[in-house]
Amino acid sequence: MSEDRDRVPLTAWIDGIALYGPGLAGWPAARHALAGDGVVATPTAIPKLAVLPPAERRRVGTVVRLALATGLAACESASADPAELPSVFASSGGDGSNCHAICEALASGDRLISPIRFHNSVNNAASGYWGIATGAMAPSAIVSAYDGSFAAGLLEALVQLATPAETAGRLLLVAYDVPYPQPLQSTRPMDDACGIGLVLHDRAGAHSIARITVDSTTEAPTTMDDPQLEGIRIGNPIARGLPLLAALAAGESRRVVLPIHEQLGLAVTLAGP
Amino acid sequence: MKPVPLTHFTATSCIGSGLAATRAALLAGASGLRPCDFEDAELSTWIGRVAAVDAVELPPALSRFDCRNNRLAQLGLQQDGFADAVRAAADRHGPARVAVILGTSTSGILTTEQAYRRRDPASGALPPGFDYRGSHNVNSVVEFVRAVCDLSGPALAVSSACSSSAKVFATAARMIAAGLVDAAVVGGVDSLCLTTLYGFNSLELLSPEPCRPFDAARRGISIGEAAAFALLQRLPERPADGSVVLAGYGESSDAHHMSAPHPQGLGARLAMSAALARAGLGAAQIDYINLHGTATPSNDAAEGAAVRELFGDRTPASSTKGYTGHALGAAGALEAVISAIALQQNLMPGSAGTRAVDPSIGIDILLEGRSRPLHHVLTNSFGFGGTNASLILSKVGPLPVGGQRAIP
Repeated sequence: MSEDRDRVPLTAWIDGIALYGPGLAGWPAARHALAGDGVVATPTAIPKLAVLPPAERRRVGTVVRLALATGLAACESASADPAELPSVFASSGGDGSNCHAICEALASGDRLISPIRFHNSVNNAASGYWGIATGAMAPSAIVSAYDGSFAAGLLEALVQLATPAETAGRLLLVAYDVPYPQPLQSTRPMDDACGIGLVLHDRAGAHSIARITVDSTTEAPTTMDDPQLEGIRIGNPIARGLPLLAALAAGESRRVVLPIHEQLGLAVTLAGP
Repeated sequence: MKPVPLTHFTATSCIGSGLAATRAALLAGASGLRPCDFEDAELSTWIGRVAAVDAVELPPALSRFDCRNNRLAQLGLQQDGFADAVRAAADRHGPARVAVILGTSTSGILTTEQAYRRRDPASGALPPGFDYRGSHNVNSVVEFVRAVCDLSGPALAVSSACSSSAKVFATAARMIAAGLVDAAVVGGVDSLCLTTLYGFNSLELLSPEPCRPFDAARRGISIGEAAAFALLQRLPERPADGSVVLAGYGESSDAHHMSAPHPQGLGARLAMSAALARAGLGAAQIDYINLHGTATPSNDAAEGAAVRELFGDRTPASSTKGYTGHALGAAGALEAVISAIALQQNLMPGSAGTRAVDPSIGIDILLEGRSRPLHHVLTNSFGFGGTNASLILSKVGPLPVGGQRAIP
């Protein structure tokens, strides 16, 4: 990247962390797996939702449940009120099961789509239900960048934190992706669901866990040393963020590169709080 | 915020490909809506179809991106020298210093809908040649535009239903302000598909006649399609008089319902207030409002209430969806370009399709186009899931006699 006189440093303090993935059942347990204990291969377990009115809760699929559980866990670990935080939602693909059902209906004779399926088909469904569940009226960004979706979401979050008067200091990043059903799964293979949540703060505070600084780079993405964790990393677009979580689990200063697209990565430098 | 110049912009919709055709239709008050003749859809509604898409061919090296949405993107990029202007910006700043941030709601889903009719009878597999990443994924149009313009900077899609391509302006403005990039290609591309036609039909929101925004007898939306782009650029020099800048943006969430707006338009009001604050403008300084104005009973009532609360009943306003239809994920960028045209032409377009304004709304809806000097225009985009975005575009210019200086 060329030098720039007006460059604002893109930095943030991490106040809260959430992680759900295969063998990674929430951050308190998953941090030990990432710090060297290794993972036991079990399917991603998504916690039951305790939020949303019952009518809405019945209408949401796995994608929304994963996103909401991830966001709530991140806020809880940061002792943050979800209603107060602006948010960035990042995913590569939205709700594949819902999309599959709509495409099947459209290929059938009557083409009848349920209205709920249709309004759930928007890529910002998780963000919409998040607002209904928490009452958050702050801005919510929705970003997608294929396998670079996690890094794109993290970049959007740090750029927002660097923009004066944008976030009142703290912001929630929720990144999530769930495998598609067949026949879409064959055209977009994904092994299992993964959700990563971070509460980011523009300054050090009582809940600071670590400080990150990001910059763009053309270096290749960081891989995981453990073959099983590397399998998880490449098995879901959001799990491309695992090297950052492993650095957080290790609690040591480290620099990792996360992919945005084939020609661009996000270099994340982690330091203690 | 420091205003960000739109050094180039273009729009392609059912009222025409490129700025000249779009301008002419707005001046003439000519709607591009017609009875639905899309694919084999059997729906009693009107649509805004871009007929020229059918003849578009993608460059052979980019054939994996072939789908209606990317053909529409290609058609849009070729208008008004836009792609050439982007390449010139890449030469000037470096290809890694130009971001690509585009909004879409349904991407190339039409190709998937068609593939589902040709599944293998035994295995259920989609037909060979179906390319998920090239057509279906929401980032497809971003990758396509990045490839056409040979850019390597930050690139992402914003898919937040009908606010998508308004929100891209906010994301890009922040990236430029942070010094992460020097320029950004922003815009929206959304194309007709059966998912939205039959989906809005399931919600009973399709108008059986051309849509009539803010009319007492409005009966729902007319779906359209569009590709609209703007090149935002950091300039060392003051933008020339008459040029258009992004002066402010505001975003909010309704936190109310997935497919119905907050009845009093609370989220809409928050977004408009935030845009005014960021632009450093009072409500009285907005000369014209380009409304979201979908012509559903609930949108227009909620948006009208929010506008009345903030602006009273004096600020001239109109919805241009009676010309173009509702371009969904492309509506924000399309209407930002229409707002830029309005500023440059000193023209407030009339609300095509509207015959008698709903008296319960109580804002100044323009039935006919009107000419007057314009300095600041606000444009609204709201979407399912309660996502709201408002943009303020301003014209750079000298102080008019007795008036408020546009942008220093």
